[in-house]
Amino acid sequence: MTTTVPATKAAPTPTSGKLGLRRVGLYVLLVIAALFFLLPIYLLIATALKSPDAINLATTWQWPRALNWASFADAWGKIGGNMLNSLFLAVVATILSALLGSLNGYALSKWRFRGANTLFALMLFGMFIPYQAVLIPLFQFVKSLGLYGSIWGLILAHVVYGLPITTLIFRNYYAEVPDALVEAATIDGAGFWSIYRQVIFPLSVPGFVVVIIWEFTQVWNEFLFAATLTNTSSQPVTYALSQLAGGQAVSWNLPMAGAILAALPTLLVYILLGRFFVRGLLAGSVKG
Amino acid sequence: MKGLSRDRLWSIAVLLPSVVLLAVFVYGFIARTVYVSMTDWGNDPAQALAVNPIIRWVGFANYQELFTGFLQGRFRQELVSTIFFTLFFILGCLALGLGLALVLDRNPRGEGLWRTIFLFPMSLSFIVTGTIWRWMLQPQGGVNQFPQALGLPAGNFSWLSSTEGIWKFDWNALPLITASVVGLVLILLAVRAARAGDRTRAIVSGVCAALLLGWALLVGPNVRLLPAPELHGFNLALIGIIIAAVWQMSGYTMALYLAGLRGIPEELREAAKVDGASDFGMYRHVIFPLLAPITLSAMIILGHISLKIFDLVYAMAGPDNTYTSVPALNMYLTSFRQNQFALGAAIGTILLILVAFVIVPYLSSSFRSEEGHA
Repeated sequence: MTTTVPATKAAPTPTSGKLGLRRVGLYVLLVIAALFFLLPIYLLIATALKSPDAINLATTWQWPRALNWASFADAWGKIGGNMLNSLFLAVVATILSALLGSLNGYALSKWRFRGANTLFALMLFGMFIPYQAVLIPLFQFVKSLGLYGSIWGLILAHVVYGLPITTLIFRNYYAEVPDALVEAATIDGAGFWSIYRQVIFPLSVPGFVVVIIWEFTQVWNEFLFAATLTNTSSQPVTYALSQLAGGQAVSWNLPMAGAILAALPTLLVYILLGRFFVRGLLAGSVKG
Repeated sequence: MKGLSRDRLWSIAVLLPSVVLLAVFVYGFIARTVYVSMTDWGNDPAQALAVNPIIRWVGFANYQELFTGFLQGRFRQELVSTIFFTLFFILGCLALGLGLALVLDRNPRGEGLWRTIFLFPMSLSFIVTGTIWRWMLQPQGGVNQFPQALGLPAGNFSWLSSTEGIWKFDWNALPLITASVVGLVLILLAVRAARAGDRTRAIVSGVCAALLLGWALLVGPNVRLLPAPELHGFNLALIGIIIAAVWQMSGYTMALYLAGLRGIPEELREAAKVDGASDFGMYRHVIFPLLAPITLSAMIILGHISLKIFDLVYAMAGPDNTYTSVPALNMYLTSFRQNQFALGAAIGTILLILVAFVIVPYLSSSFRSEEGHA
């Protein structure tokens, strides 16, 4: 994880009069790009706040005359339970896979053994496979454990398939912790676990933040396992939203309000802790 | 720290559960999927959900059915769609991401805010993105109203429901096309090897190319996968989904490129300026070559995402729109709606092979170089 986006830039280029026009061009480009990214969000909010009879294709872009907050209550009534499912799922799966990832990363980076890299590459492959290639056996397995339709089957799947990325992030993070620290502790007579507890774990907070944010977002947003391993009572919010928006005759304020609700947790995490989110993002491109 | 000390045993004990889990859930399950794909499980609806279904070994029959069977035209179109989708999705993300990174590298005011705006779609799920864009791309609304802002008549492109396709080719010509493309690549390799002075390699690739092209010219035209011509091309309804996917993922390439640009030492730029390079010349000869490895990783990450994509399609166009469908979606429907598990497993295996082509060389090269350092 040597690549991070620095929060502040290097020395700003001096702006002389000649550069003025180019700077203006720069900002024009930025505004056009921002419109592309933000217009869908404007439409999302505007539609969610319209009353159903105010929604028609001809006035798609108009801001609602009267704000109709009821859409959110309706949407919560339809997918609120699924939001809570998602919350439980994401919190439990994130904590478990972060803890396992931290231990794995520690063992792989500080207690290197022959073939550790090969083993790690074999583990990482699990991060990239299309889950369609394991879905049928996974479904059978979860069913044979009696966990089909329960949130625990889904948690199991997310913890296992989250292991490669959490291990990757922690391994790269611990690689930057000087080996000398570990060696000094060994000389003082500390063993595997006491080094972890007293040296590594206290240094891990930023690593945990990155992993937790990344994993939480991934689990919250996932759809394929959600659609395959759960039933009505345990479905997470992504599946519920897809059903809410799927019908043709639906009035659009409802799925739009539902989309806002479903997006809010990860969006808040991103806005409040974006720096760590980006670090997880860049860690996903593998290079250590 | 030599030998099998107690600490070393602990480190193995800690790794063991994860290794076992991944061995079972990744490699074991893949093996099981490949096995299922060679049976007839679910091809007879009565047997699909039986407690103890009678499952027979059928070898490659399911694959043959997918590539040449009369009923599986949908799958063949999806295979073509996913290639086009991947191509345009990667191009779109790279172009937009690089553009945004270059603009942000000029240190505009409020850089953090701009970055936040370009990256936020990354935090949404494909289902949310798909729900929003489905509404954006309604036939008479949303995007089709944009021309009106300039006083022009509204657009009438049917974004998600178009049934038109372009660049169509006959599926029967697929072996011919494949052989020709591979042959041309081999010729290219032969020429490069010859230039580099590697005679054995030049001769081997040259002979292989000659064999393939000879086959393509003499035998290929007579191969018929299907009794009748079947046309597949780039379905225009996919354009809307590609735009939404680029909207969501181009921030990722921007972040990658920006990290790369910020990693270029200031001295290099200064040196280029001292040597009299223009801005353009500096980008062309100094900066872009340094960004090449980032472009490659971005292509690989985006490529594997796009080969697997299906939730976006599910949310935008619905699962039953055959004009926008992709293999990953078909696998889900075939297995869990129609209970044709063997056929679904075959589609899953084909997807895995496609993704492995992209990922395996990348992972092995990543870790071979690292092992060299260690």
